[in-house]
Amino acid sequence: MRLADRLARPVFVAIVALVLAFVTLPSLVVVVVAFGDKSIMMFPPDAWSLRWFERALTYPDFRKGMVNGLYISAWASLLAVAVGTMGAYAIDRFRFRGSALLESLLLSPLVIPHFTLGVGLLILASGLGLSRGYAVVVLCHLILVVPFVMRSVYVSLKNIDPMLERAAASLGARPLTVFLRIHLPLLAPGLAGGWLFAFILSFNEFTATLFVTNNTTQTLPVAMYNYVREYADPTMAALSALLIGITALFLVVANRFLGLDRILSIGSHR
Amino acid sequence: MSAAETRQGAEGDVSLSVDRVVKSFGDARAVDDVSLKVRRGEFVTLLGPSGCGKTTLLNLIAGFLAPESGEIFIDGAPISGLSPFERNIGVVFQNYALFPHMTVAENVGFGLKMRKVGKAEVERRVQEALEMVRLPQMGDRRPRQLSGGQQQRIALARALVIRPQLILLDEPFSAIDKNLRAEMQVELKTIQRQVGITTIFVTHDQSEALSMSDRIAVMSQGRVQQLSEPIELYRRPANSFVASFIGEINRLACTRRRDADCVLLEHGAVRLRLPAARVPGEGTGDSMLYVRPEALRAVDPGTPEANLCDGTVDAQVYQGTHVDLIVKADNGWLLRVREPGFDALERWPVGARLGVHADLAEACVY
Ligand SMILES: Nc1ncnc2c1ncn2[C@@H]1O[C@H](COP(=O)(O)OP(=O)(O)OP(=O)(O)O)[C@@H](O)[C@H]1O
Ligand SMILES: [Mg+2]
Repeated sequence: MRLADRLARPVFVAIVALVLAFVTLPSLVVVVVAFGDKSIMMFPPDAWSLRWFERALTYPDFRKGMVNGLYISAWASLLAVAVGTMGAYAIDRFRFRGSALLESLLLSPLVIPHFTLGVGLLILASGLGLSRGYAVVVLCHLILVVPFVMRSVYVSLKNIDPMLERAAASLGARPLTVFLRIHLPLLAPGLAGGWLFAFILSFNEFTATLFVTNNTTQTLPVAMYNYVREYADPTMAALSALLIGITALFLVVANRFLGLDRILSIGSHR
Repeated sequence: MSAAETRQGAEGDVSLSVDRVVKSFGDARAVDDVSLKVRRGEFVTLLGPSGCGKTTLLNLIAGFLAPESGEIFIDGAPISGLSPFERNIGVVFQNYALFPHMTVAENVGFGLKMRKVGKAEVERRVQEALEMVRLPQMGDRRPRQLSGGQQQRIALARALVIRPQLILLDEPFSAIDKNLRAEMQVELKTIQRQVGITTIFVTHDQSEALSMSDRIAVMSQGRVQQLSEPIELYRRPANSFVASFIGEINRLACTRRRDADCVLLEHGAVRLRLPAARVPGEGTGDSMLYVRPEALRAVDPGTPEANLCDGTVDAQVYQGTHVDLIVKADNGWLLRVREPGFDALERWPVGARLGVHADLAEACVY
């Protein structure tokens, strides 16, 4: 028993280290490959250069995809925060027929494969005679990310003491005032977290986006996909390295100013 | 005419009136046909075991729940049509329910802001309220930076600053440790008297209820069993539930029988005669005699003083301020006799024969 106790810790550490290595290894390989000089991806590279970074930053489709992606993700994540907050509120507040079903449906993403959603929206849009514009892409992303936002807000909402609402009401606050002065400030971290993840998910989404974008609306992942179909040089790796760096920076900043544990609602409220 | 006038006068003094209010959850009646009247400035406590409907009744008064039937009046006006934010009732919650994202001053000023009171006036009244609860320096702190007792006082200040017609407190001290609780009880009582506000206080701590209240409503299973002053409640419990719930009491089985204008209680060789007026209800049969340990005294056996029974000491329970003798009576009763001095420890050792004297004026039969 004591031997097992003494072994438990190193074994645990080893397992965690292995998992971390397993998760980060592909990213590390990509980053290293990005600094290669040859025009094929090779690991480890035999010569080093920064030229693929230059190409990644100047290639027109990537620039356009970047701008499109930011635009679409900004809209989709903001709308998702609005819709998700209302949805979370409704599920939390009102018990109606099928509310339990709705709750499990909306709070559990990944039920609908992205592929299905993309194809479905494509067919629907052409059936309705809609052009494949930004609106359809935003709608598609909205549907995909709303559950994440809703979940984030819902958890924050559950963490708010229901007595606060009663206290405010007894002091003369109308329901709207309760929402604006009590719930909204207390939900802010949850909203920020929901928005952040919605944005990142939307920005990285590929499967469904492939179906609903065209040449002018294509996002970065779609542009990257189109690129790999033609070239096999390390530009892709360089771009990936850039994205990893930017996302990491984003999260570090968010963590610094908002507290990631609060955003993720890991810690319980006090 | 004059009768109507006196009724009017009496009504005018009533601050809160609960009239035949019913509230069920599913099949269970949490509040079952409750009526009570509370006078202006009165401190009334709802006391009862867990789940008897105290919180539910409070929530009905505050407007967080709607009654199925019955009506609640404040200062004579029915309030069932009003939402909580339209009622002018201060509420203090068990877990304080302070707004965590606001400072103490913002918390206390919240109700005034809702009432569109001017900024300078808000500041003045907030400071006044903080001084009343003896925390004048704490305005800039956050609730989480305060101790439990301090948070509770802020919650009280927040509820009182709006000058409500009524204040409701649901077990406000249950999360506070024992020493501080006694202090808070005195403080609440002082403030309550000073402000003169009508107060409904919920607790399941009977000593808290007995020490603070003008009147106590003992509740059980959604009903008010008795609403009386603490002394009355203790000395003249209205039924067996109240008798057993408040304080310690001996329950002695007996059969009863009417004998002229008296009631005869019998158990084994023991026969007691009580004036019929002291025993509610007619009929004969099995009854319970309720008598408190402090209404009993140990005396020499077989003497006329031993008017209740004779028996032997089964055990001694030393309680610091007094000694309880557990007595096995010859007729099978098991009694607790409270002796004030601890010389009883020597005088009545375990196994000693003794007689038990009862102050029958303090006894009840149900
Ligand atoms: N929202 C609710 N839904 C269903 N049943 C409820 C609800 N609130 C209270 N009850 C039931 O109503 C009864 C009275 O509850 P209440 O909370 O008023 O009791 P209480 O006297 O305040 O008890 P405690 O001393 O434990 O706080 C209980 O049996 C309880 O289970
Ligand atoms: Mg309760």
